[in-house]
Amino acid sequence: MLLAEGLRHAFGPVRALDDVSFTLQPGRTLAVFGPNGAGKTTLLKVLAGLIQPQAGHARIEGGRRAVGWIGHQPQLYGQLTVWENLRFWASLYDVAPAAGILTRLGLDAHRDRPVRALSRGLVQRVAIARALIHDPRVLLLDEPFTGLDRTAAEAFRRLLAEQAAGGRATVLVTHNVEEGTELATDVAFMRAGRFVRLEPRAGRGADAIADAYRAAVTGG
Amino acid sequence: MTLLKTGRWITAVALALLAAVYVRALAFTPIERAQGAAQKIFYIHVPSAWCAMLAMGLVGIAGILYLLLKDPRFDRFGEASAEVGTAFSCVMLTTGPLWGKPIWGTWWTWDARLTLTLFLFLLFLGYLLLRGAVTDRGLRARYSAVLGICGLVLLPFIHLSVYFFRTLHPQPIVLKPSAPSLPGSMLVTLLFSFGVFTLLYVGFVTQRYALAVLRESAESGGAHA
Amino acid sequence: MDSLLRHAWRLARKDLLVEFRSRTAILSAVVFTVLVLVVFNFGRDPTAVAAVDLAPSILWVTFTFAAMLALNRAFQLELENQALDGLLLAPVHRASIYLGKLLANLAFVAAVECVGLPLFALFFNVRVLPVLVPLAGVIALATVGFVAVGTLFSAMTARTRFAELLLPVLLLPFMIPPLIWAVLATGALLAGRPLSEIGGWLKLLAAFDLAFIVVAFLLFPATVNE
Repeated sequence: MLLAEGLRHAFGPVRALDDVSFTLQPGRTLAVFGPNGAGKTTLLKVLAGLIQPQAGHARIEGGRRAVGWIGHQPQLYGQLTVWENLRFWASLYDVAPAAGILTRLGLDAHRDRPVRALSRGLVQRVAIARALIHDPRVLLLDEPFTGLDRTAAEAFRRLLAEQAAGGRATVLVTHNVEEGTELATDVAFMRAGRFVRLEPRAGRGADAIADAYRAAVTGG
Repeated sequence: MTLLKTGRWITAVALALLAAVYVRALAFTPIERAQGAAQKIFYIHVPSAWCAMLAMGLVGIAGILYLLLKDPRFDRFGEASAEVGTAFSCVMLTTGPLWGKPIWGTWWTWDARLTLTLFLFLLFLGYLLLRGAVTDRGLRARYSAVLGICGLVLLPFIHLSVYFFRTLHPQPIVLKPSAPSLPGSMLVTLLFSFGVFTLLYVGFVTQRYALAVLRESAESGGAHA
Repeated sequence: MDSLLRHAWRLARKDLLVEFRSRTAILSAVVFTVLVLVVFNFGRDPTAVAAVDLAPSILWVTFTFAAMLALNRAFQLELENQALDGLLLAPVHRASIYLGKLLANLAFVAAVECVGLPLFALFFNVRVLPVLVPLAGVIALATVGFVAVGTLFSAMTARTRFAELLLPVLLLPFMIPPLIWAVLATGALLAGRPLSEIGGWLKLLAAFDLAFIVVAFLLFPATVNE
């Protein structure tokens, strides 16, 4: 479903990706943990095809149409309402937006408010709805929990779990081990553009992963 | 021999030949009857206009090649050519009014050709400003390529305008559909000057290119340290 | 081809909706146009220079500056929340993005011109009505030319420092040829010359438009890909 082979990319002298390879099957969720500047965002951009890697290649079954993306910025137009935004983005995929997604994310009351007037957490929920609007088969999520309160984060986790059960493949990058562990079937630790470890989560909890993360990222 | 040295040699030869152009133009070419001695400047003005046009054209072609092949050498060449072209268009813009004052009776007229050569100069300036405003090397190369290609497409429109306007500016003398309309010895001097200026262009660009290579290796060397 | 136009139309409609919501850019462009026309009117000496001699240049200076306002905002809108990344990720052809922006910019500039032209006729007492159709043709051809180049350039300058300053500097050399032709054609029309006299200008303008629209289509992907 998703294949990355020998990805390398540098911005000037800074190595953002250094020989990253992995594959991801349907229904699997890979959580990539790493400190700031480890190359996590670059990895997602390369996977999505927003950046051409300098070496190696990434392939997603179904191409661009199959990708759902949540980035650092919400990719919404402040002047337009929540529903206008969703309708516009859906129209680029030639689909009609499903109203159910608003209910799932608790956005029904905000449907006709301009995005500009929403709080940070609500904007992030709209961004999630936007990313799922065309029923993507591969989800690329960059720190998707930013700004979400507990309830919203819980709702979003359930949504992601359903997506995984429905055969979606997900790559989730975050520096926060607490947030990402529960959903992951596989974990990778990233430092200076490299996957220092890539392994199944094998039922470990957040504490065990956090220990492994510290050992992998700080140790030699 | 390094590229920088090659460039220096070409430039030195071209400068020596430029002195020969002056001598030939001043001492061995007849004075034009209608315009008098002022016409001599034309042996500098027209070739530098040619070099500025050539520089812009090559910036555009380098842009096309860069976008097709993604080879940074073409970007470096474009930068070098644009800087040298800026210098030649300065010469063109200063010698033009110097000649215009005694002949047309005014330093500057808003004649179409003069105006459009001014905009050729501004085009170079814009190109260099754009390069200065983008820090990422790959992005800078692509943006400059796009602007260079647009400049190349603009050139024929600039040239066309000369034919479509009845202006004070002399019609092109050499590059025109009918045979060149210039007495033999003047034509020889002009063509000689064309050759020397082109050589000067090659010399300058080679040096500038070599400097860009040196600067890049210094930059990446500094980053490794 | 079909989806290319469909997506371009949706993008343009979205841009115009955003513009309609805030109305800041279009209002400031219209106010600016009125201001320039008024200032020019006070700046000329009616006993020395006939209005019809100055009018074409004034009209085009006004339209040029108003267009600059439109072009500057076109891609800023997409960068605000990194919406451009979303567009690039969507299964939309790059040319659709360019075409959508071009259509929205043209609609914007055309709206300003629709306000500017009657005011121009009023303030300068120029008889526009008898030549309205050919004049509209000249305005349309010239506007398409420099908006086509400007839309391409604004995709680049929006991501640089000093975007508002850099765009006019880059665009100026490309605006001048169509502007000169448009000013001359406008002058001939307002002076009541026969239509056959402006045929040459119109052909040049059309050639310019065609050349730069093709170039922009080919080059636009290079300005947005990372």
